[in-house]
Amino acid sequence: MDLTEFLIKTATIFVVFVLTLVIAMYSTWGERKVAGFIQDRMGPNRAGWGGLLQPLADAGKMFFKEDFIPALANKWLFIAGPSLAMLTALLASAVIPFGSTFKINNHEVVLQGVESNIGILYVFGVVALGVYGIMVGGWASNNKFSLLGAIRAASQNISYEVAMGLSLIAILMMSSSLSLGEIVSQQHGGNWNIFYQPLGFIIFITCSFAECNRVPFDLPECETELVGGYHTEYGSMKLGFYLFAEYINMFISSAIISVLYFGGYNYPGMDWVYSQLTQALGGITGHNIATLIGTGVFFGKAIFFIFFYMWVRWTIPRFRYDQLMNLGWKKLIPLAIFNIIITGAAVLFLKPMITAWLN
Amino acid sequence: MQLTNRSKQVSNKEMTFMERAYLPAIATGLAITIKHFFTKKVTIEYPEVKRYLGPVFRGRHILKRDADGKERCTACGLCAVACPAEAISMVAAERETGEENLYREEKYAAVYEVNMLRCIFCGLCEEACPKQAVYLRHDEFIPVFTERDQVIWGKDLLVEDMSNRYTREAWTKEEALALDMKRASGEVTNVVPRAIP
Repeated sequence: MDLTEFLIKTATIFVVFVLTLVIAMYSTWGERKVAGFIQDRMGPNRAGWGGLLQPLADAGKMFFKEDFIPALANKWLFIAGPSLAMLTALLASAVIPFGSTFKINNHEVVLQGVESNIGILYVFGVVALGVYGIMVGGWASNNKFSLLGAIRAASQNISYEVAMGLSLIAILMMSSSLSLGEIVSQQHGGNWNIFYQPLGFIIFITCSFAECNRVPFDLPECETELVGGYHTEYGSMKLGFYLFAEYINMFISSAIISVLYFGGYNYPGMDWVYSQLTQALGGITGHNIATLIGTGVFFGKAIFFIFFYMWVRWTIPRFRYDQLMNLGWKKLIPLAIFNIIITGAAVLFLKPMITAWLN
Repeated sequence: MQLTNRSKQVSNKEMTFMERAYLPAIATGLAITIKHFFTKKVTIEYPEVKRYLGPVFRGRHILKRDADGKERCTACGLCAVACPAEAISMVAAERETGEENLYREEKYAAVYEVNMLRCIFCGLCEEACPKQAVYLRHDEFIPVFTERDQVIWGKDLLVEDMSNRYTREAWTKEEALALDMKRASGEVTNVVPRAIP
Protein backbone atom coordinates (compact mmCIF):
# COMPACT_ATOMS: atom_id res chain seq x y z
CA MET A 1 0.00 0.00 0.00
CA ASP A 2 1.69 3.18 -1.13
CA LEU A 3 1.30 6.61 0.40
CA THR A 4 -1.46 7.98 -1.87
CA GLU A 5 -3.59 4.95 -1.26
CA PHE A 6 -3.03 5.31 2.48
CA LEU A 7 -3.98 9.00 2.38
CA ILE A 8 -7.09 8.29 0.32
CA LYS A 9 -8.13 5.56 2.73
CA THR A 10 -7.58 7.88 5.69
CA ALA A 11 -9.62 10.59 4.01
CA THR A 12 -12.44 8.12 3.26
CA ILE A 13 -12.52 6.89 6.84
CA PHE A 14 -12.54 10.46 8.12
CA VAL A 15 -15.39 11.40 5.80
CA VAL A 16 -17.37 8.32 6.81
CA PHE A 17 -16.76 9.14 10.47
CA VAL A 18 -17.85 12.76 10.12
CA LEU A 19 -20.88 11.83 8.02
CA THR A 20 -22.00 9.30 10.62
CA LEU A 21 -21.69 11.88 13.37
CA VAL A 22 -23.49 14.58 11.42
CA ILE A 23 -26.34 12.27 10.48
CA ALA A 24 -26.66 11.08 14.07
CA MET A 25 -26.62 14.70 15.24
CA TYR A 26 -29.36 15.70 12.87
CA SER A 27 -31.36 12.58 13.74
CA THR A 28 -31.86 14.11 17.19
CA TRP A 29 -33.30 17.17 15.49
CA GLY A 30 -35.26 14.98 13.09
CA GLU A 31 -36.64 12.91 15.94
CA ARG A 32 -38.03 15.96 17.71
CA LYS A 33 -39.35 17.40 14.48
CA VAL A 34 -41.04 14.13 13.46
CA ALA A 35 -42.43 13.71 16.97
CA GLY A 36 -43.84 17.20 16.80
CA PHE A 37 -45.36 16.78 13.38
CA ILE A 38 -46.96 13.44 14.24
CA GLN A 39 -48.44 14.98 17.37
CA ASP A 40 -49.74 18.00 15.41
CA ARG A 41 -47.06 20.28 16.82
CA MET A 42 -44.28 22.23 15.14
CA GLY A 43 -41.25 20.72 16.83
CA PRO A 44 -38.14 22.80 17.53
CA ASN A 45 -38.17 25.87 15.28
CA ARG A 46 -36.44 28.62 17.22
CA ALA A 47 -32.72 27.86 16.96
CA GLY A 48 -31.78 28.62 13.39
CA TRP A 49 -33.95 28.12 10.34
CA GLY A 50 -36.52 25.43 11.15
CA GLY A 51 -34.61 24.68 14.35
CA LEU A 52 -31.58 23.44 12.44
CA LEU A 53 -29.16 24.69 15.09
CA GLN A 54 -31.02 22.80 17.82
CA PRO A 55 -28.51 19.89 17.95
CA LEU A 56 -25.71 22.39 18.59
CA ALA A 57 -27.74 24.03 21.35
CA ASP A 58 -28.46 20.63 22.88
CA ALA A 59 -24.80 19.63 22.74
CA GLY A 60 -23.81 22.96 24.28
CA LYS A 61 -26.28 22.46 27.08
CA MET A 62 -25.04 18.91 27.67
CA PHE A 63 -21.42 20.05 27.86
CA PHE A 64 -22.10 22.83 30.33
CA LYS A 65 -24.07 20.71 32.78
CA GLU A 66 -22.44 19.39 35.92
CA ASP A 67 -20.45 16.24 35.21
CA PHE A 68 -21.59 14.28 38.21
CA ILE A 69 -20.29 10.89 39.32
CA PRO A 70 -22.14 9.23 42.23
CA ALA A 71 -19.99 8.69 45.32
CA LEU A 72 -20.38 4.92 45.40
CA ALA A 73 -20.11 4.38 41.68
CA ASN A 74 -17.16 2.62 40.16
CA LYS A 75 -15.53 5.72 38.74
CA TRP A 76 -13.45 4.13 36.03
CA LEU A 77 -16.25 1.95 34.67
CA PHE A 78 -18.72 4.78 35.02
CA ILE A 79 -16.67 6.76 32.52
CA ALA A 80 -15.91 3.69 30.40
CA GLY A 81 -19.62 2.92 29.88
CA PRO A 82 -20.62 5.79 27.60
CA SER A 83 -17.21 5.74 25.92
CA LEU A 84 -17.70 2.08 25.03
CA ALA A 85 -21.22 2.71 23.78
CA MET A 86 -19.95 5.52 21.56
CA LEU A 87 -16.93 3.54 20.35
CA THR A 88 -18.84 0.44 19.35
CA ALA A 89 -21.54 2.50 17.67
CA LEU A 90 -18.98 4.35 15.56
CA LEU A 91 -16.91 1.29 14.68
CA ALA A 92 -19.68 -0.35 12.70
CA SER A 93 -19.84 2.35 10.04
CA ALA A 94 -16.38 1.38 8.74
CA VAL A 95 -17.52 -1.47 6.48
CA ILE A 96 -20.69 0.05 5.04
CA PRO A 97 -20.39 0.65 1.27
CA PHE A 98 -21.67 4.18 0.73
CA GLY A 99 -21.26 4.08 -3.03
CA SER A 100 -19.44 2.32 -5.83
CA THR A 101 -16.00 3.59 -6.88
CA PHE A 102 -14.48 7.04 -7.24
CA LYS A 103 -11.85 7.64 -9.93
CA ILE A 104 -8.96 10.01 -9.17
CA ASN A 105 -6.08 9.86 -11.71
CA ASN A 106 -6.33 6.14 -12.48
CA HIS A 107 -6.80 5.36 -8.79
CA GLU A 108 -10.08 3.67 -8.17
CA VAL A 109 -11.23 4.45 -4.65
CA VAL A 110 -14.00 2.41 -3.09
CA LEU A 111 -16.43 4.56 -1.08
CA GLN A 112 -16.17 2.31 1.92
CA GLY A 113 -14.02 2.66 5.02
CA VAL A 114 -12.68 -0.89 4.93
CA GLU A 115 -13.28 -3.26 2.06
CA SER A 116 -13.61 -6.41 4.10
CA ASN A 117 -14.66 -9.84 2.91
CA ILE A 118 -16.36 -10.53 6.24
CA GLY A 119 -18.14 -7.18 6.40
CA ILE A 120 -21.47 -8.28 7.79
CA LEU A 121 -19.80 -10.52 10.36
CA TYR A 122 -17.75 -7.55 11.54
CA VAL A 123 -20.90 -5.46 11.89
CA PHE A 124 -22.52 -8.20 13.93
CA GLY A 125 -19.49 -8.54 16.16
CA VAL A 126 -19.30 -4.82 16.84
CA VAL A 127 -23.03 -4.45 17.39
CA ALA A 128 -22.92 -7.34 19.85
CA LEU A 129 -20.18 -5.49 21.72
CA GLY A 130 -22.50 -2.50 22.02
CA VAL A 131 -24.26 -4.16 24.90
CA TYR A 132 -21.07 -3.80 26.96
CA GLY A 133 -21.44 -0.04 26.98
CA ILE A 134 -24.90 -0.32 28.46
CA MET A 135 -24.06 -3.15 30.83
CA VAL A 136 -20.88 -1.54 32.14
CA GLY A 137 -22.61 1.81 32.60
CA GLY A 138 -25.59 0.27 34.35
CA TRP A 139 -23.44 -1.81 36.67
CA ALA A 140 -20.97 0.95 37.49
CA SER A 141 -23.79 3.29 38.55
CA ASN A 142 -24.34 1.20 41.69
CA ASN A 143 -28.07 1.70 41.44
CA LYS A 144 -30.71 -1.00 41.30
CA PHE A 145 -32.73 0.67 38.58
CA SER A 146 -29.68 1.17 36.42
CA LEU A 147 -28.63 -2.42 36.90
CA LEU A 148 -32.12 -3.72 36.08
CA GLY A 149 -32.22 -1.57 32.98
CA ALA A 150 -28.81 -2.79 31.90
CA ILE A 151 -29.76 -6.42 32.49
CA ARG A 152 -32.89 -5.94 30.46
CA ALA A 153 -30.90 -4.36 27.68
CA ALA A 154 -28.42 -7.21 27.71
CA SER A 155 -31.03 -9.97 27.70
CA GLN A 156 -33.04 -8.20 25.02
CA ASN A 157 -30.02 -7.68 22.78
CA ILE A 158 -28.90 -11.27 23.15
CA SER A 159 -32.38 -12.66 22.46
CA TYR A 160 -32.91 -10.59 19.36
CA GLU A 161 -29.42 -11.09 18.00
CA VAL A 162 -30.27 -14.77 17.52
CA ALA A 163 -33.29 -14.06 15.34
CA MET A 164 -31.39 -11.33 13.54
CA GLY A 165 -28.52 -13.65 12.69
CA LEU A 166 -30.90 -16.35 11.53
CA SER A 167 -32.79 -13.96 9.27
CA LEU A 168 -29.47 -12.87 7.85
CA ILE A 169 -28.43 -16.43 7.04
CA ALA A 170 -31.15 -16.53 4.38
CA ILE A 171 -29.52 -13.53 2.70
CA LEU A 172 -26.10 -15.11 2.93
CA MET A 173 -27.44 -18.32 1.37
CA MET A 174 -28.52 -16.28 -1.63
CA SER A 175 -25.44 -14.11 -1.94
CA SER A 176 -22.91 -16.75 -0.79
CA SER A 177 -20.71 -13.89 0.40
CA LEU A 178 -20.23 -12.06 3.68
CA SER A 179 -18.83 -8.96 2.03
CA LEU A 180 -21.25 -6.04 2.12
CA GLY A 181 -19.84 -4.62 -1.11
CA GLU A 182 -20.44 -7.97 -2.79
CA ILE A 183 -23.99 -8.22 -1.43
CA VAL A 184 -24.76 -4.74 -2.78
CA SER A 185 -23.31 -5.35 -6.23
CA GLN A 186 -25.30 -8.57 -6.49
CA GLN A 187 -28.48 -6.54 -6.07
CA HIS A 188 -27.64 -4.47 -9.13
CA GLY A 189 -30.40 -4.10 -11.68
CA GLY A 190 -33.44 -4.17 -9.43
CA ASN A 191 -32.62 -7.54 -7.86
CA TRP A 192 -33.22 -6.13 -4.41
CA ASN A 193 -33.28 -8.71 -1.67
CA ILE A 194 -36.55 -7.33 -0.30
CA PHE A 195 -38.35 -8.98 -3.24
CA TYR A 196 -36.84 -12.36 -2.41
CA GLN A 197 -36.79 -12.07 1.37
CA PRO A 198 -39.89 -10.17 2.59
CA LEU A 199 -40.24 -12.34 5.68
CA GLY A 200 -36.53 -12.08 6.42
CA PHE A 201 -36.78 -8.32 6.07
CA ILE A 202 -39.62 -8.06 8.59
CA ILE A 203 -37.70 -10.21 11.06
CA PHE A 204 -34.52 -8.23 10.49
CA ILE A 205 -36.14 -4.83 10.92
CA THR A 206 -37.98 -5.96 14.07
CA CYS A 207 -34.72 -7.23 15.52
CA SER A 208 -32.87 -4.06 14.61
CA PHE A 209 -35.52 -2.07 16.50
CA ALA A 210 -34.78 -4.24 19.50
CA GLU A 211 -31.02 -3.97 19.04
CA CYS A 212 -31.18 -0.19 18.96
CA ASN A 213 -33.40 -0.15 22.07
CA ARG A 214 -35.98 1.83 20.19
CA VAL A 215 -39.72 1.89 20.79
CA PRO A 216 -41.53 -0.56 20.93
CA PHE A 217 -38.53 -2.35 22.43
CA ASP A 218 -37.18 0.42 24.64
CA LEU A 219 -37.57 -1.52 27.86
CA PRO A 220 -34.03 -0.73 29.06
CA GLU A 221 -35.05 2.88 29.59
CA CYS A 222 -38.65 2.30 30.51
CA GLU A 223 -39.41 5.36 32.66
CA THR A 224 -42.55 4.02 34.23
CA GLU A 225 -40.75 1.03 35.70
CA LEU A 226 -37.08 1.89 35.88
CA VAL A 227 -36.82 5.68 36.34
CA GLY A 228 -34.40 6.15 33.45
CA GLY A 229 -33.02 2.66 32.95
CA TYR A 230 -29.29 2.15 32.59
CA HIS A 231 -28.55 5.88 32.35
CA THR A 232 -30.48 6.91 35.47
CA GLU A 233 -27.30 8.12 37.20
CA TYR A 234 -25.82 9.75 34.16
CA GLY A 235 -25.85 13.42 33.36
CA SER A 236 -24.00 15.96 31.30
CA MET A 237 -22.24 14.77 28.15
CA LYS A 238 -21.95 11.19 29.44
CA LEU A 239 -25.71 10.93 29.13
CA GLY A 240 -25.36 12.77 25.85
CA PHE A 241 -22.99 10.08 24.61
CA TYR A 242 -25.44 7.33 25.49
CA LEU A 243 -28.24 9.07 23.65
CA PHE A 244 -25.95 9.91 20.78
CA ALA A 245 -24.76 6.31 20.53
CA GLU A 246 -28.40 5.28 20.18
CA TYR A 247 -28.82 7.61 17.22
CA ILE A 248 -25.60 6.41 15.63
CA ASN A 249 -26.82 2.84 16.03
CA MET A 250 -30.05 3.87 14.40
CA PHE A 251 -28.20 5.27 11.41
CA ILE A 252 -25.94 2.22 11.18
CA SER A 253 -28.86 -0.19 11.25
CA SER A 254 -30.77 1.91 8.70
CA ALA A 255 -27.73 1.81 6.46
CA ILE A 256 -27.35 -1.95 6.96
CA ILE A 257 -31.03 -2.49 6.16
CA SER A 258 -30.73 -0.53 2.94
CA VAL A 259 -27.52 -2.38 2.04
CA LEU A 260 -28.91 -5.83 2.75
CA TYR A 261 -32.46 -5.51 1.48
CA PHE A 262 -32.79 -2.37 -0.60
CA GLY A 263 -29.81 -2.58 -2.90
CA GLY A 264 -27.57 -0.02 -1.16
CA TYR A 265 -26.52 2.55 -3.76
CA ASN A 266 -28.38 0.80 -6.59
CA TYR A 267 -31.44 2.44 -8.04
CA PRO A 268 -33.69 1.69 -11.02
CA GLY A 269 -32.36 3.06 -14.27
CA MET A 270 -28.83 3.23 -12.89
CA ASP A 271 -27.11 1.85 -15.99
CA TRP A 272 -28.88 4.29 -18.28
CA VAL A 273 -27.86 7.25 -16.09
CA TYR A 274 -24.30 5.93 -15.99
CA SER A 275 -24.01 5.59 -19.77
CA GLN A 276 -25.55 9.03 -20.33
CA LEU A 277 -23.18 10.66 -17.84
CA THR A 278 -20.03 8.96 -19.15
CA GLN A 279 -20.98 9.87 -22.70
CA ALA A 280 -21.69 13.49 -21.83
CA LEU A 281 -18.88 14.19 -19.35
CA GLY A 282 -16.21 11.65 -20.19
CA GLY A 283 -15.12 8.47 -18.44
CA ILE A 284 -13.78 9.92 -15.22
CA THR A 285 -16.08 12.82 -14.38
CA GLY A 286 -19.17 10.97 -15.55
CA HIS A 287 -18.23 7.96 -13.47
CA ASN A 288 -17.64 10.10 -10.40
CA ILE A 289 -20.93 11.94 -10.77
CA ALA A 290 -22.79 8.66 -11.27
CA THR A 291 -21.16 7.40 -8.07
CA LEU A 292 -22.22 10.53 -6.22
CA ILE A 293 -25.81 10.07 -7.37
CA GLY A 294 -25.66 6.48 -6.13
CA THR A 295 -24.32 7.66 -2.78
CA GLY A 296 -27.11 10.20 -2.59
CA VAL A 297 -29.64 7.44 -3.25
CA PHE A 298 -28.02 5.33 -0.55
CA PHE A 299 -28.30 8.13 2.00
CA GLY A 300 -31.87 8.74 0.90
CA LYS A 301 -32.70 5.12 1.69
CA ALA A 302 -30.87 5.23 5.01
CA ILE A 303 -32.61 8.46 6.01
CA PHE A 304 -35.96 7.01 5.05
CA PHE A 305 -35.33 4.14 7.45
CA ILE A 306 -34.27 6.56 10.18
CA PHE A 307 -37.58 8.31 9.55
CA PHE A 308 -39.30 4.95 9.72
CA TYR A 309 -37.73 4.33 13.14
CA MET A 310 -39.15 7.62 14.36
CA TRP A 311 -42.48 7.06 12.71
CA VAL A 312 -42.84 3.71 14.49
CA ARG A 313 -41.69 5.26 17.76
CA TRP A 314 -44.61 7.67 17.80
CA THR A 315 -47.11 5.00 16.76
CA ILE A 316 -46.62 1.89 18.83
CA PRO A 317 -46.67 1.60 22.61
CA ARG A 318 -43.92 -0.23 24.44
CA PHE A 319 -44.04 -4.02 24.81
CA ARG A 320 -44.30 -5.66 28.19
CA TYR A 321 -41.22 -7.63 29.17
CA ASP A 322 -42.85 -11.06 28.78
CA GLN A 323 -44.33 -10.03 25.45
CA LEU A 324 -40.88 -8.99 24.32
CA MET A 325 -39.36 -12.33 25.25
CA ASN A 326 -42.30 -14.28 23.75
CA LEU A 327 -42.00 -12.40 20.51
CA GLY A 328 -38.25 -12.89 20.35
CA TRP A 329 -37.96 -16.54 21.26
CA LYS A 330 -41.30 -18.05 20.32
CA LYS A 331 -42.21 -16.13 17.18
CA LEU A 332 -39.22 -14.57 15.48
CA ILE A 333 -36.72 -17.41 15.88
CA PRO A 334 -39.08 -20.14 14.52
CA LEU A 335 -40.08 -17.78 11.72
CA ALA A 336 -36.45 -17.10 10.90
CA ILE A 337 -35.67 -20.82 10.80
CA PHE A 338 -38.71 -21.37 8.59
CA ASN A 339 -37.43 -18.62 6.34
CA ILE A 340 -34.06 -20.35 6.08
CA ILE A 341 -35.74 -23.61 5.04
CA ILE A 342 -37.87 -21.86 2.44
CA THR A 343 -34.86 -20.00 1.09
CA GLY A 344 -32.83 -23.21 0.97
CA ALA A 345 -35.60 -24.97 -0.93
CA ALA A 346 -35.96 -22.04 -3.30
CA VAL A 347 -32.22 -21.83 -3.96
CA LEU A 348 -32.01 -25.60 -4.53
CA PHE A 349 -35.17 -26.28 -6.54
CA LEU A 350 -36.95 -23.12 -7.61
CA LYS A 351 -33.95 -21.20 -8.91
CA PRO A 352 -32.69 -23.93 -11.33
CA MET A 353 -36.27 -24.42 -12.50
CA ILE A 354 -36.80 -20.74 -13.23
CA THR A 355 -33.41 -20.33 -14.90
CA ALA A 356 -34.12 -23.42 -17.05
CA TRP A 357 -37.53 -22.03 -17.94
CA LEU A 358 -36.12 -18.61 -18.80
CA ASN A 359 -33.42 -20.08 -21.02
CA MET B 1 -77.54 4.49 31.09
CA GLN B 2 -76.25 5.05 27.61
CA LEU B 3 -74.48 8.36 27.11
CA THR B 4 -72.95 7.94 23.67
CA ASN B 5 -73.12 5.50 20.81
CA ARG B 6 -69.40 4.98 20.93
CA SER B 7 -69.27 2.65 23.92
CA LYS B 8 -68.12 -0.89 23.17
CA GLN B 9 -69.07 -4.04 25.01
CA VAL B 10 -65.99 -5.60 26.59
CA SER B 11 -65.46 -9.14 25.47
CA ASN B 12 -62.90 -11.86 26.03
CA LYS B 13 -63.22 -13.39 22.60
CA GLU B 14 -60.20 -14.99 21.00
CA MET B 15 -58.31 -12.72 18.63
CA THR B 16 -58.47 -13.61 14.98
CA PHE B 17 -55.32 -14.53 13.11
CA MET B 18 -55.09 -11.08 11.55
CA GLU B 19 -55.30 -9.49 14.96
CA ARG B 20 -52.70 -11.81 16.42
CA ALA B 21 -50.33 -11.24 13.51
CA TYR B 22 -49.96 -7.66 14.84
CA LEU B 23 -48.47 -6.34 11.63
CA PRO B 24 -51.78 -5.26 10.02
CA ALA B 25 -52.58 -3.36 13.20
CA ILE B 26 -49.18 -1.68 13.05
CA ALA B 27 -49.83 -0.70 9.44
CA THR B 28 -53.14 0.87 10.44
CA GLY B 29 -51.43 2.75 13.23
CA LEU B 30 -48.68 3.97 10.94
CA ALA B 31 -51.29 5.19 8.47
CA ILE B 32 -52.95 7.21 11.23
CA THR B 33 -49.73 8.80 12.43
CA ILE B 34 -48.53 9.68 8.93
CA LYS B 35 -51.87 11.34 8.31
CA HIS B 36 -51.22 13.53 11.33
CA PHE B 37 -47.69 14.16 10.06
CA PHE B 38 -49.08 15.94 7.02
CA THR B 39 -52.00 17.79 8.61
CA LYS B 40 -51.79 21.54 9.06
CA LYS B 41 -50.47 22.39 12.49
CA VAL B 42 -52.74 24.36 14.81
CA THR B 43 -49.85 26.11 16.55
CA ILE B 44 -49.94 29.91 16.61
CA GLU B 45 -46.30 30.98 16.73
CA TYR B 46 -46.78 33.45 19.52
CA PRO B 47 -44.37 36.35 19.45
CA GLU B 48 -44.61 36.65 15.67
CA VAL B 49 -48.26 35.79 15.23
CA LYS B 50 -50.82 37.05 17.67
CA ARG B 51 -54.34 36.02 18.05
CA TYR B 52 -57.25 38.38 18.64
CA LEU B 53 -58.35 37.78 22.20
CA GLY B 54 -61.79 39.36 21.95
CA PRO B 55 -63.14 42.77 22.87
CA VAL B 56 -63.46 42.01 26.58
CA PHE B 57 -59.87 40.91 27.15
CA ARG B 58 -58.22 42.78 30.03
CA GLY B 59 -54.72 43.86 29.02
CA ARG B 60 -52.69 46.91 30.05
CA HIS B 61 -54.16 50.02 31.64
CA ILE B 62 -54.85 53.25 29.88
CA LEU B 63 -55.83 56.66 31.29
CA LYS B 64 -58.34 58.09 28.86
CA ARG B 65 -58.59 61.64 27.63
CA ASP B 66 -61.88 63.16 26.55
CA ALA B 67 -62.75 64.29 23.03
CA ASP B 68 -60.79 67.55 23.47
CA GLY B 69 -57.72 65.76 24.72
CA LYS B 70 -58.21 66.65 28.41
CA GLU B 71 -57.37 64.03 31.00
CA ARG B 72 -60.49 62.56 32.53
CA CYS B 73 -58.94 61.39 35.80
CA THR B 74 -59.73 63.53 38.85
CA ALA B 75 -57.59 61.56 41.29
CA CYS B 76 -60.59 60.59 43.41
CA GLY B 77 -58.80 57.39 44.46
CA LEU B 78 -61.75 55.04 43.97
CA CYS B 79 -59.72 52.82 41.70
CA ALA B 80 -57.00 52.53 44.33
CA VAL B 81 -59.64 51.67 46.92
CA ALA B 82 -61.23 49.09 44.65
CA CYS B 83 -57.95 47.50 43.73
CA PRO B 84 -57.67 44.16 45.56
CA ALA B 85 -53.96 43.92 44.89
CA GLU B 86 -53.19 47.50 46.01
CA ALA B 87 -51.37 48.16 42.79
CA ILE B 88 -52.57 51.71 42.16
CA SER B 89 -51.24 54.81 43.87
CA MET B 90 -51.72 58.45 43.01
CA VAL B 91 -50.97 61.98 44.09
CA ALA B 92 -53.72 64.56 43.51
CA ALA B 93 -53.07 68.16 42.50
CA GLU B 94 -55.18 71.25 41.85
CA ARG B 95 -55.51 72.60 38.35
CA GLU B 96 -53.88 76.01 37.82
CA THR B 97 -55.24 78.65 35.53
CA GLY B 98 -54.12 78.05 31.98
CA GLU B 99 -54.24 74.29 32.36
CA GLU B 100 -57.89 73.98 31.40
CA ASN B 101 -56.96 72.39 28.11
CA LEU B 102 -55.00 69.68 29.93
CA TYR B 103 -57.33 68.55 32.69
CA ARG B 104 -61.08 68.33 32.53
CA GLU B 105 -61.87 69.17 36.15
CA GLU B 106 -60.30 71.25 38.91
CA LYS B 107 -58.49 68.33 40.44
CA TYR B 108 -56.21 65.97 38.59
CA ALA B 109 -53.69 63.18 39.21
CA ALA B 110 -50.20 64.66 39.23
CA VAL B 111 -48.82 61.18 39.73
CA TYR B 112 -50.66 58.02 38.77
CA GLU B 113 -48.74 54.80 39.14
CA VAL B 114 -49.70 51.18 38.59
CA ASN B 115 -47.38 48.49 39.90
CA MET B 116 -47.57 45.89 37.18
CA LEU B 117 -46.10 43.20 39.41
CA ARG B 118 -49.00 43.60 41.82
CA CYS B 119 -51.76 44.11 39.27
CA ILE B 120 -53.89 41.06 38.67
CA PHE B 121 -55.80 42.56 35.73
CA CYS B 122 -59.17 42.00 37.41
CA GLY B 123 -60.67 45.16 35.96
CA LEU B 124 -62.18 46.42 39.24
CA CYS B 125 -60.50 49.84 38.75
CA GLU B 126 -62.31 50.09 35.46
CA GLU B 127 -65.61 49.36 37.18
CA ALA B 128 -64.93 51.72 40.09
CA CYS B 129 -63.98 54.73 38.02
CA PRO B 130 -66.79 57.34 38.05
CA LYS B 131 -65.14 59.46 35.38
CA GLN B 132 -64.54 56.71 32.83
CA ALA B 133 -60.86 57.48 32.99
CA VAL B 134 -59.13 54.18 33.60
CA TYR B 135 -59.57 51.20 31.31
CA LEU B 136 -57.79 47.93 30.67
CA ARG B 137 -56.99 47.77 26.97
CA HIS B 138 -58.24 44.73 25.12
CA ASP B 139 -55.52 44.85 22.51
CA GLU B 140 -52.23 45.30 24.37
CA PHE B 141 -50.30 43.30 26.93
CA ILE B 142 -47.79 44.48 29.46
CA PRO B 143 -44.48 43.66 27.81
CA VAL B 144 -42.12 41.33 29.66
CA PHE B 145 -40.03 43.34 32.08
CA THR B 146 -36.36 42.73 32.61
CA GLU B 147 -35.48 45.68 34.85
CA ARG B 148 -36.89 46.97 38.14
CA ASP B 149 -37.78 50.40 36.74
CA GLN B 150 -39.95 48.83 34.06
CA VAL B 151 -42.34 47.47 36.64
CA ILE B 152 -44.05 50.61 37.90
CA TRP B 153 -45.87 52.37 35.12
CA GLY B 154 -46.35 56.13 35.47
CA LYS B 155 -48.49 58.60 33.60
CA ASP B 156 -46.00 58.76 30.73
CA LEU B 157 -46.94 55.22 29.77
CA LEU B 158 -50.55 55.21 30.90
CA VAL B 159 -52.12 58.37 29.49
CA GLU B 160 -53.78 58.00 26.12
CA ASP B 161 -52.01 59.23 23.02
CA MET B 162 -54.37 61.53 21.11
CA SER B 163 -52.92 60.63 17.72
CA ASN B 164 -53.53 56.94 18.41
CA ARG B 165 -56.71 56.81 20.45
CA TYR B 166 -57.97 53.65 22.04
CA THR B 167 -61.46 52.56 21.09
CA ARG B 168 -63.39 49.45 21.88
CA GLU B 169 -66.55 48.39 20.13
CA ALA B 170 -67.94 46.05 22.75
CA TRP B 171 -67.87 46.66 26.48
CA THR B 172 -69.59 43.68 28.04
CA LYS B 173 -69.71 40.00 27.26
CA GLU B 174 -73.25 40.40 25.99
CA GLU B 175 -72.26 43.22 23.68
CA ALA B 176 -69.24 41.25 22.49
CA LEU B 177 -71.48 38.31 21.70
CA ALA B 178 -73.93 40.55 19.86
CA LEU B 179 -71.03 42.09 17.94
CA ASP B 180 -69.71 38.67 17.07
CA MET B 181 -73.16 37.66 15.79
CA LYS B 182 -73.40 40.85 13.72
CA ARG B 183 -69.92 40.26 12.33
CA ALA B 184 -70.78 36.66 11.48
CA SER B 185 -73.89 37.80 9.61
CA GLY B 186 -71.83 40.38 7.71
CA GLU B 187 -73.69 43.37 9.18
CA VAL B 188 -70.62 44.93 10.79
CA THR B 189 -67.32 44.87 8.96
CA ASN B 190 -65.54 47.91 10.38
CA VAL B 191 -63.99 46.09 13.33
CA VAL B 192 -60.32 45.46 12.66
CA PRO B 193 -58.75 43.25 15.33
CA ARG B 194 -55.56 44.98 16.38
CA ALA B 195 -52.35 43.11 16.95
CA ILE B 196 -51.06 42.93 20.48
CA PRO B 197 -47.54 44.35 20.63
